[in-house]
Amino acid sequence: MSVALPLRPPAHQVDRRAVRWWQLRDLITVVVLVVPQLVALALGWPGWLAATAAATAVLGLVYVLVVPRLLYRIHRWEITDEAVYTLSGWLVREWRIAPISRVQTVDTQHGPLQQLLKLASVTVTTASAKGPVTIRGLAEEHAAELARVLTATTQATPGDAT
Amino acid sequence: MSRPARPDLRADSRSADPLDAGPSTTPGPHPDDTPSSTAEVPWRRLDPRMLVVHPVASVIRLLPAFAVILLTGREGDLTHVWISLGAAAMIVIFGVLRWRFTQYRITPDRVELHSGWLRRQRRSLPRDRIRTVDLTARLEHRIFGLSVVKIGSATGGTGEHAGLALDAVSKAEADQLRRELLDRSPAARPAEARQVAPPSIELARLDWAWLRFAPLSFSSLAGIGIVAGALFNVLNEAGANPGRLAGDAVDRLIRTGLATAIGLIAITVLAAAVIGSLLLFAERWYGYRLTREPDGTLRVRRGLLTRRSLSVSERRLRGVEVAEPILLRAGHGAQTRALAAGLTKDSQGGVLQPPVPRGEAHRVASVAAAAPPEEITCAPLRPHPPAARRRRFTRALGPTLVLVAAAFVVDARVLGPASLVLLPAMAVVGWDRARVLGHTLTRGYLVARQGSVVRRTVALQRGGVIGWRVRQSPFQRRAGVVTLEAVTAAGSGAYSVLDVAPDDAVALMTTVDPDVVGPLT
Repeated sequence: MSVALPLRPPAHQVDRRAVRWWQLRDLITVVVLVVPQLVALALGWPGWLAATAAATAVLGLVYVLVVPRLLYRIHRWEITDEAVYTLSGWLVREWRIAPISRVQTVDTQHGPLQQLLKLASVTVTTASAKGPVTIRGLAEEHAAELARVLTATTQATPGDAT
Repeated sequence: MSRPARPDLRADSRSADPLDAGPSTTPGPHPDDTPSSTAEVPWRRLDPRMLVVHPVASVIRLLPAFAVILLTGREGDLTHVWISLGAAAMIVIFGVLRWRFTQYRITPDRVELHSGWLRRQRRSLPRDRIRTVDLTARLEHRIFGLSVVKIGSATGGTGEHAGLALDAVSKAEADQLRRELLDRSPAARPAEARQVAPPSIELARLDWAWLRFAPLSFSSLAGIGIVAGALFNVLNEAGANPGRLAGDAVDRLIRTGLATAIGLIAITVLAAAVIGSLLLFAERWYGYRLTREPDGTLRVRRGLLTRRSLSVSERRLRGVEVAEPILLRAGHGAQTRALAAGLTKDSQGGVLQPPVPRGEAHRVASVAAAAPPEEITCAPLRPHPPAARRRRFTRALGPTLVLVAAAFVVDARVLGPASLVLLPAMAVVGWDRARVLGHTLTRGYLVARQGSVVRRTVALQRGGVIGWRVRQSPFQRRAGVVTLEAVTAAGSGAYSVLDVAPDDAVALMTTVDPDVVGPLT
């Protein structure tokens, strides 16, 4: 039995380049995990390290090839007149809804990898510490435009957002 | 309800670079966070009596360290005396600097606090974000007639940034601040009107019979520490070596017989826990009163040595929670707390009362929220789908099975069989968690209950929900349930309805927020 949430998925997909971004990010993690094992091996540690290093590398590469594509298929976002709505997560699926009238701040972030790929994330925060909604992996110019529009809408909405 | 236009959205806290804003710069208004219209509001300092209180309190707190330094020195050698004097002088100097570089002011729109002399901090809270004011007077403050003012606000930040503290101002000033900061209606209400305002209404006061719940709270564990610590100090002062005494006593007991030894030790620990928890209850709850003030706040006053007064703006109260830790529940007790933004861990999560009989807890929840009990914490709850109840068992027993297996691997003769006790215990916990699970939507509130070791019934105002999160793990996907979280500015930030059917989750969200969620279905 598999029952999904009877909400329609958000309308938009993230930018295609987000797949590259996630792949690079995960590749770095794999390298960070594998290199110390190889160094230890070179320094004369027991041979089973070769096996674990190989296993890490293979599993890591499979992850890099499979998961980012999956994430791209799943990650979706939408701004309606009333809400910011996102869907994310490949294992634990998570839907987040933030009413526009409750939005306090709109931020854009560009990590180093995102800058390389001309990507950005937009985070919308509300008065709750657990309320932020982040749209990851948008094209840079698109994110800036989105942040501008969101800021304008939230400022035009009356209320103190709590 | 008329809402003011949203001003600057965040309480900003910044610390200037110590290199270019060192101790020599005098504190003053920051160019870009102070509108020119408020520039003339004068800056105020903390009470000058803090010049005495802070150093004295620090010295008392460091007394054990001083004692060690002074006592360990060799006779005739004065170095240790100099070290102590130097340290004391440093404390005094730090105290003076701290006072000198701490300034605050209340402008019509904001509360501003500048503090720190090495690491300068400028903090500024918009006044319409202030939700709670907590006055705390520890013993050292009370002797000098002072009080610490903690201002809790609703901002998206983490606990540390969700408010600020003035440590400390005079009691009169603190009371004045409490009224001024939470009273938002009256920009120009004349002073006389305030004096003829109706007196505060008492909603609850301490009943010493509630003392029977003290040993049932988790603080009885802290009680053991307190009693043990006090005994240790007394014996130490008397010149005995408590560590050796205890060791000798245990040795002698074991020689008389292991069973007696274990029994006696258990009784001692139990007695310590009970006495300690009674003392702690008295210290925390002496003089407890819950009142509704004419300025529209709920106010909790309590404390024997440390006097506390917590004020929560009623208009900003987003709901109530009745918590029943397992021991307290066994004794038919419970404790109610307020859900409002700006309640930090310091105010013990906004507790409105000591542990009390369950009926009293629900009564206080009801008067605090100004809603009948059957619409909030006593509402009849809808049970969750069978899959949700099944998951309570699998989640309680699964990890336990792993633990038991591990125990058998480590030591199959004693530890393994002994660990089998866990299985029925956890099965009972799972059964209870399944039985407790429930939620409902009443006229004004979302009510949800869960938990066995600590059973919590949360009633959250529909209007206090400022967003939704729905999570579904792979296991939940197979079981056909989701966890719905109602995001709110109050309390822990989000309250969950565990394992509901996806259809129910969406129906619930749509009922509460038709404009927002409706178009998404």
